[in-house]
Amino acid sequence: MDEGRHGMKVVIGIAMIAACLGWFATGSMAAEAQANVSSSPPLEQALAELLSEVEGTREQAVRLLVEQGDASMLPRLEELRANADRSLRMAIKPVIDTWRNRANLASPDADTRRTAATDLGMSGRISAIPWLEAAAANESHRWPRYAMEESALLLKLASDNPTSQQQAAVKLGEMRSQNAAPALLALVQAGNSESATGEQQALAQTAAAAIERIESWNVWSSAIETLFRGISLSSILLIMSLGLAIVFGLMGVINMAHGELMMIGAYATFVMQECFKLYFPESWFDSYYLAALPAAFLAAALFGLILEASVIRFLYGRPLETMLATWGVSLILIQGARMYFGDLTAITAPSWLNGGAQVLVGVFLPFNRLFIIALSILSVIGIYALLFRSSIGLRVRAVTQNRSMSACLGIPTRKVDAYTFAFGSGLAGIAGWALTLVGNVEPGLGQNYIVDSFMVVVTGGVGKLAGTIIASLGIGGLNKLMEPSLGAVYGKVLILVLVILFLQRRPSGLFAVKGRHAEG
Amino acid sequence: MTEHGSIIYLEGITVDYDGFKALNNLNFIVNHRELRVVIGPNGAGKTTLLDVISGKTKPAAGRVIFGKDRDLMGMREYEITQLGIGRKFQAPSIYGNLSVWENLDLSLSRPSKGVFATLRGTSTAAEREEIDRTLETIGLTEQLRKRAGSLSHGQKQWLEIGMVILQDPELLLVDEPVAGMTDEETEQTGRLLQSLAEKHAIIVIEHDMEFVRQIARIVTVLHEGTVICEGTVEKVQADDRVREIYLGRQKVAHV
Amino acid sequence: MPPPSSAERHEGTLFWAVGFVLLFVLPVLNVLPAEDSWLHVSDFALNRFGKFLAFAILALGLDLIWGYAGILSLGQGVFFGIGAYCMGMHLMLTIGSQSVYGSALPDFMVWNQVTELPFFWKPFYSFSAAVLAGLLAPACFALIFGFLAFRSRIRGVYFAIITQALALMAWLVFNRNETNLGGTNGLTDFKTLLGFRLSASDTQLALYVMTVLCLGGAYALCRWIIASRAGRVLIAIRDSEQRVRFSGYSPSTYKLFVFVVSALLAGLAGILYVPQVGIITPAQMGVLPSLEMVVWVAVGGRATLVGAIVGAVGVNLGRSILTNSFPELWPFFLGGLFVVVVLLFPDGVMGIAKQVRGKLAEKAVRLPKTSAVEGEQA
Repeated sequence: MDEGRHGMKVVIGIAMIAACLGWFATGSMAAEAQANVSSSPPLEQALAELLSEVEGTREQAVRLLVEQGDASMLPRLEELRANADRSLRMAIKPVIDTWRNRANLASPDADTRRTAATDLGMSGRISAIPWLEAAAANESHRWPRYAMEESALLLKLASDNPTSQQQAAVKLGEMRSQNAAPALLALVQAGNSESATGEQQALAQTAAAAIERIESWNVWSSAIETLFRGISLSSILLIMSLGLAIVFGLMGVINMAHGELMMIGAYATFVMQECFKLYFPESWFDSYYLAALPAAFLAAALFGLILEASVIRFLYGRPLETMLATWGVSLILIQGARMYFGDLTAITAPSWLNGGAQVLVGVFLPFNRLFIIALSILSVIGIYALLFRSSIGLRVRAVTQNRSMSACLGIPTRKVDAYTFAFGSGLAGIAGWALTLVGNVEPGLGQNYIVDSFMVVVTGGVGKLAGTIIASLGIGGLNKLMEPSLGAVYGKVLILVLVILFLQRRPSGLFAVKGRHAEG
Repeated sequence: MTEHGSIIYLEGITVDYDGFKALNNLNFIVNHRELRVVIGPNGAGKTTLLDVISGKTKPAAGRVIFGKDRDLMGMREYEITQLGIGRKFQAPSIYGNLSVWENLDLSLSRPSKGVFATLRGTSTAAEREEIDRTLETIGLTEQLRKRAGSLSHGQKQWLEIGMVILQDPELLLVDEPVAGMTDEETEQTGRLLQSLAEKHAIIVIEHDMEFVRQIARIVTVLHEGTVICEGTVEKVQADDRVREIYLGRQKVAHV
Repeated sequence: MPPPSSAERHEGTLFWAVGFVLLFVLPVLNVLPAEDSWLHVSDFALNRFGKFLAFAILALGLDLIWGYAGILSLGQGVFFGIGAYCMGMHLMLTIGSQSVYGSALPDFMVWNQVTELPFFWKPFYSFSAAVLAGLLAPACFALIFGFLAFRSRIRGVYFAIITQALALMAWLVFNRNETNLGGTNGLTDFKTLLGFRLSASDTQLALYVMTVLCLGGAYALCRWIIASRAGRVLIAIRDSEQRVRFSGYSPSTYKLFVFVVSALLAGLAGILYVPQVGIITPAQMGVLPSLEMVVWVAVGGRATLVGAIVGAVGVNLGRSILTNSFPELWPFFLGGLFVVVVLLFPDGVMGIAKQVRGKLAEKAVRLPKTSAVEGEQA
């Protein structure tokens, strides 16, 4: 019943994540028609004046071109630049940048519009204000519009009109604009200097208030990002620990080579990437990552099967010896990988996982981490379905609860052990596959996670998925949460202390099996 | 049966395993030098009853009084053992890697069982004699040097009984002592328990009705965590409710 | 109590024989024969051997807790490291202003811009305080950690995991610069001990002899514990902790006792290790070294004290030979050793030796077995 309720929550959770992903990923359809204004005589003249050797004239021309020209004249400028000397190229560059950015404000791609708006905001060209405002009025996407408004305000802030500066400062504070902080700070400093006028002092006050708003929001946004990183770390930990916990629950065995099975999954991903590079057209490259999923799972599962058949089955009922033997195997695997693959191997993430989604001002969630979170939710659902909704799962649970009784009922316990072990190993492979998105592939990669995942198993207790899930969320989350204040090392120390104290209250973990099957 | 003369007195004991009440408001009294047999269908809470008395399980409610006024609640197993409650488990629980003699030597009741006492302690002549006597009682004199792990199943059961006897407990808790024993061994065990009952109080859990009839004076029937009937074997067997819930259900197993 | 078996008497004879060789024969062979003689034991070899014997002290403690009581501690490296660092800190302070930077502070502190000696370094000016701390600090640490762990009945795999996490944490903390323990580079460049130059061969010979004596003492201590009734309680805990409890013993007290003794011996090993090897870094106390220590005992043979010593010396000898000639193969060898010993030779070298002896003496009268050698895991 408990599991059922939990399952519902998980379903709702994944639905929400999926919805979020969909919302952010939709590209803009609103491509605006490009205004095509033919160049007017003064602009022609300005173009000609660009070539003038007289300093003042050239600057004049540049200003005129920036303010009145547009992207339709770009080819001509490009042509000019191609034959120009260095000083002319330097002079032309801002013109080109401005025009390009202005044109890009109407680009069909939302990200391009956004970048263009931000660039214009940073350029300090007051003339861009109306363009930005006009673009913002037509903009249907939230974040490009935000960037346009923010940039327009930033430019106003840089103008010499105290009233509009005031308004801009207030507005930027309301928008919690991260980019405005340096400019606002400069205004505060200017207002506090001895030679400041009354106007400047008033402006400084407004700016200070705005900075306060922005900074208090910063605390929140960084807290959210930390939480998010914590959850994504927990997700990898979760996928890894689930395999470990299921095997521990079933066979009472802790597989110390579990981290190396994860490494195998990561290397399987790497090998798949190399295969795609060698044997498939470049346009297919991005799909290597999907192809690597079954590869990672199967490679790790196969290895688990071999490990079970060659080592673990002979140590049944001797959990401590099993730990030692599997540790030996892990040493061999690490050194083997080091000799074969070398020390460091890079994975190129597929392009569809590059970038991220902005959910709030200053809160940016990278797609690869969102992907990992979604993956772990999927894994939990999959495991849940397998364990509680299939006949195989029924057998696994039966053997977990009472091995000898299950054997009497004709369940092939040896086979159940072997397959479950292989499945748990496969999960480690998937964890390794996911890990390639956020870390390097190296022989010692499993070692970084293994102790944490052991702690998850110990804290979570045996026999209930919920324990593992909560424990990995807790330990992964605490890890990231304490990193900023305590540093990674003392955070880990604190976690160990907490786990030991926790085990004082609940020696067999979060969800202990009570009653006659509990050990004496 | 008054509280005054009892060796063990349980009042309102409830043990809750995640919503399943293994014992439900159980009241139970055993007097000095009594041999009490507890029967009941599977899951009736028999072993849990012994767990509560010996401190292995902490009840959610109720109290356990040992002897006159010794409250056992909140005490650890080894403290309860040192007070004088011995326990024989269902599956033989002995030290497989020690010799028979060493098994008995460790179990022998001693004034202190702390680390520093046992580091320095040696067996006195009287203690050796006691061990030798017990070896004879349980018929393992020949095997005294043997590794206990290499004994037969029946011998292990006897060894554990011997270990519990050497603890010289006032109250003995015995969980299915004859499971897996031959008829002859069963009868011997019965005689042994009866002779022990002359000096100690004993609570025996048993399924084998033949054996129950051999040893029992008073039988307690447990069902769903509470006592439903108590009395002589004849009285219990005549009780309708007992027939219904216990014998009726276990017909196949015991006829 | 039954009289000691002949196997135990054998072990007594062996003890004195081996002790004689270690304490007299090897040092004499180091001092007397000419350097090119085949009988000569070089300073280097003797020093190396002294290090192995220090490890053997640690192995004895680990054997007590794992071999006899069946508690797998994967954190022995921490206790070893604490002992070693205590000694190392004393040696650092005796360098005084002979250091590279010429400051009274250890070099790494100057490097880290620490201007004043941290308070916890100050007692280590005294040699006896350092030795005392090297023994007591691991013991106290084990006492607190063990108390919490055993009280809440953390055992078996759980205890192994928790102690492994402990090893990881200790490694992380000792690696930090701000703990003022030398960071990743640890403590090194020692000059003198009690006024004797550490580079002098006489000093090293004296340290070697000291190590042998400590090993003898540690062996006697363990022998005494094992031979007592308390030793049999430890074996009993391995067989059936529940029965121990229902025999009136408090298993957690016994476990705590043996854990503390093992930590004490590990600390002693650390104290002896540092002046002979001349460096201690966090790498010596992490997860991997702690596991390697378990392999020493496993290879030698669990639950035999001689086995622990044989294993510690043997594996480390193998290591120094292999890492010299095939450094890349050592992890394979070590990993293989883990697997092979656990799978095929659960009683280690001593088990094999016993089998061989048994075969040789097949026709002769069989010796009664004295317990605990065949591991029947509970």
